[in-house]
Amino acid sequence: MPLLFRGRIYGANLLLRIQLTVEQLVVDFDVLRAVDQVTLQLERGQIGCLLGPSGCGKTTVLRTIAGFELPLQGRILIREREVSRAGWGLPPEQRRVGMVFQDYALFPHLNVSDNIAFGLSTKSVRKSRERVAQLLELVDMQAYQKAYPHQLSGGQQQRVALARAMAPRPDLLLLDEPFGSQDAELREQLAKEVRSLLREDSITALLVTHDQFEAFAMADCIGVMNRGQLHQWGSAYELYHRPADLFVGDFIGQGTLLPATRAGSNSIRTELGEFSGQIVNDLNGDRFNLLIRPDDVIHDDTANTTAKIVDRAFRGAEFLYTLALPSGNRILCMAPSHHDHKVGQEIGIRLDVEHLVLFAEPAATPIDKPDESGLD
Amino acid sequence: MSATAWVELHAPVGGDAPVLRAGGDWRIVNAGQLDSELTRLDVPGDRVVVDMAALESLDTAGAWLLYRTLKLFEAQHKKIALRGARNEHHAMLREVAANDSPCEIAPPQVNTVVRVVLAVGRATVDALRAGRDFVIFFGAAVVTFLRVLLQPRRLRWNSLVYQMEQVGFNALPIVGLIAFLIGVVLAYQGAVQLQRLGAEVFVVDLIAVSVLREVGILLTAIVVAGRSGSAFTAQIGSMKANEEVDALRTLGMDPMDILVLPRVLALVITLPMLAFFADMMGLLGGGLMAWVVLDISPAMFVERLRHAVTVWSFLVGIIKAPFFAVVIALVGCHEGLQVTGSAESVGSRTTRAVVEAIFLVIVLDAAFSIFFSVVGV
Repeated sequence: MPLLFRGRIYGANLLLRIQLTVEQLVVDFDVLRAVDQVTLQLERGQIGCLLGPSGCGKTTVLRTIAGFELPLQGRILIREREVSRAGWGLPPEQRRVGMVFQDYALFPHLNVSDNIAFGLSTKSVRKSRERVAQLLELVDMQAYQKAYPHQLSGGQQQRVALARAMAPRPDLLLLDEPFGSQDAELREQLAKEVRSLLREDSITALLVTHDQFEAFAMADCIGVMNRGQLHQWGSAYELYHRPADLFVGDFIGQGTLLPATRAGSNSIRTELGEFSGQIVNDLNGDRFNLLIRPDDVIHDDTANTTAKIVDRAFRGAEFLYTLALPSGNRILCMAPSHHDHKVGQEIGIRLDVEHLVLFAEPAATPIDKPDESGLD
Repeated sequence: MSATAWVELHAPVGGDAPVLRAGGDWRIVNAGQLDSELTRLDVPGDRVVVDMAALESLDTAGAWLLYRTLKLFEAQHKKIALRGARNEHHAMLREVAANDSPCEIAPPQVNTVVRVVLAVGRATVDALRAGRDFVIFFGAAVVTFLRVLLQPRRLRWNSLVYQMEQVGFNALPIVGLIAFLIGVVLAYQGAVQLQRLGAEVFVVDLIAVSVLREVGILLTAIVVAGRSGSAFTAQIGSMKANEEVDALRTLGMDPMDILVLPRVLALVITLPMLAFFADMMGLLGGGLMAWVVLDISPAMFVERLRHAVTVWSFLVGIIKAPFFAVVIALVGCHEGLQVTGSAESVGSRTTRAVVEAIFLVIVLDAAFSIFFSVVGV
């Protein structure tokens, strides 16, 4: 009997590698469609992130997973258990989901230890005390265990909120703009800290942010959302080098579009020459825009293509130059900061494009095509 | 800087297209003048050349005027050619064109009757919906209560005792004072009226019956609704606004168990006690006034009291207390849980809670009056 029992548990563990499944989720607020056909999946121990401008529906996805909103369509599974389907949802308190709120939502009348212990079962005082001590050590807050939330700094409250959410060992941890109210410098550091904390406990987590650097610092998988739709779900590298569409290409990192025509099966021609490489998103037709990232453009004094500097920004290790090509199109160039050139100067450039990311040309209006020769 | 802007139309020469030349300072300062000139413009033929070579400066207002003109040409099915635009002017034009979002739906114009009917209909639906939500909430509270009866360990005893102190013990002075003063007022007013009939001694009946049956409990309920019902809404509402209620739920706790039930039970236990205290204070005030104004001694008062009231006069008042308590506490907690986000919402919900609770208490009291008169108590 025990053997069979163990076998079943073992098998179940294998099946339970997928911790979170969201299938074709649709959420409406009155007449507004907040979330439109969002599908994603997280494996055990993975950290996912929903990234997008404010009002894109990312927080609504999170709150629907937590059980605070009901979906109109689609379903949500946590460890293979259906927790939400169209018009129905298990109440949040029965989902075994932890959540860290934007403003932490610590209980103001309880001290740090009591806040962390709040979600723990009161059956065994000793066990609960052990768990609190363990978490205090994990988030490095032992010295403050008797302090009240208003006596702590934002970063410390953040860590207490994280410990409180982790205390009952939830199946899934949700973080809503967890570093939203921190200074820019602190953010990335905190994001890395939190990532290692989650890693140590191999917790599956989904966070929501509008800051791409935070997302890059924390997440294994990033989903870019806009107007309720999930545009792409992939690693940071994928999003940057193989954006699925113009919105993702524009939202992640910097870049410019350069008109291009097809030259061969895997090469295209632009005013800066012909490039061959892997075409990321093949399009029909032969007029496109090629996405050029600042790091694709290399400053090279020996190159025979030149461009005029129209703007520059000092970035510490690099200069970000805005260059005007002879045709008037503009591209960005990242150059080591000891190449100090003035605005107005012509510099030599060379393109090193590995991934050819093509987008269809936006529909042309008369204004979009400067036409000097037109009717003369 | 020359701050003039101009636009001129060169009539077609031979087979050429007419040329529209724009020049000078196309910025917002000149937009009014340019607007009227452009609207007066009438370009013949099915082709037009727009020459921007003489443009000195262009801001979004100027670019918009230009773009609008081009759109107009396009709507007239003219072939348009742009000429001589500087890069920066072209970029500005493109930017404005990209941000052009025409209003596709005209704002509806509704007549007054329809609007009034619409408003009444909406308000009715909202009220019915609020009623339905409250009934659902009541049901959830009953279920939670039954669950606690089966597993008393689920109840937050600390919270219950704390709330009993807050809503019960701490309310004693104000409830006592008000009941005492109302007793005084009843005795005095009664005395003035009954003296004219020579029936002074019936003032005792007046005080006893009105205080015990109605005034004691009703005043207590109203004071408690203003004092504790509003406090429930404010406490739970600010927790809701700070997402503490959501935090509770993600920690696996039901706000019904943690927040609502202790408050409801605390009020159900303490309101009858407060009502009893108010009855006694009311009789004390009335008795004192009867002694001072009508010279009815305390011994006579008590003697008369025995004839005036039965145990049912007292019970009719006290029986109502737990029902009022449930209404006040549930309305307070329900409104608190309805709070969304802002601090302003906490304020408006608190006001609503007090008004609704007092209204419902009086409706319930009227229903009890009818019920008791039917059963003949």
